[in-house]
Amino acid sequence: MTLYAIIFYLLAALIIISTGIAITRHNMVHVVIYLVFSFFGTSMLFYLFGAPLLAVLQIIIYAGAIMVLFLFIIMMLKIETPETSMFPLSQWVPAAALCAACVVLGLLLLQSEPQLGKPLETAMANPSDFGYYLFKWHWMSIELVSILLLVALVGALHLGRAKIPTQSEEP
Amino acid sequence: MIVPFTHVLILSGILFLMGVFCAVSRRNLIMILLGIEIMLNAASIAFVGASLHFHLMEGQVFALFIIAVAAAEVSVGLALFVCVYRRTGSLDPGISE
Repeated sequence: MTLYAIIFYLLAALIIISTGIAITRHNMVHVVIYLVFSFFGTSMLFYLFGAPLLAVLQIIIYAGAIMVLFLFIIMMLKIETPETSMFPLSQWVPAAALCAACVVLGLLLLQSEPQLGKPLETAMANPSDFGYYLFKWHWMSIELVSILLLVALVGALHLGRAKIPTQSEEP
Repeated sequence: MIVPFTHVLILSGILFLMGVFCAVSRRNLIMILLGIEIMLNAASIAFVGASLHFHLMEGQVFALFIIAVAAAEVSVGLALFVCVYRRTGSLDPGISE
């Protein structure tokens, strides 16, 4: 077992434990804090897999922007905890069991592939090479994603806007 | 030499199952969106691992797009939750009225 393998297993344990704690908490702020730890672990895993640009973006966007957005909403809305924080078992267990069966079947199918058993070689994708590759072969997807982000911005503005006409009609 | 690719896929599968559990069982709209985030995160781990395994950069490109789509989805989703909260006064998806 090499040093890289030890690092991988440590990071995997960090990710799984912090996510497992996060999804069972009742306080929403604790959930977000534990998920930030999970995303930090994922970012280090990306660096181990040779994607330094993605590691930085994971910290900036996931652990920074998205989680802070969740924190803002949690602070903004008064979330009362219902008497039962989970749905009754009969409602969600079939869905979760089906998904677990699919994941297990997929992993069993992968076991029959001998190519996947050999250890991964370390490699590093230089951020500038990655950028050149991205804009050379995937410029159309970049444009589509930028339009998607613009649409999301306009949509969020439209949804979050207070209804001014109804307020002016009331008095 | 890191671990075999199957171990990466097992980690990603466990993380995806945790996301599904969070999304279908918790009685809170914000927890459902966080479960979807965990699932997207698991998918991007699998993509980056595959990128290293096949020595292709496409996996990293897809992980970048997953991050962008997740950001767009979260912004619209949270705006929708604010709308729902204004309308019904709670974030409980199991509300029956």
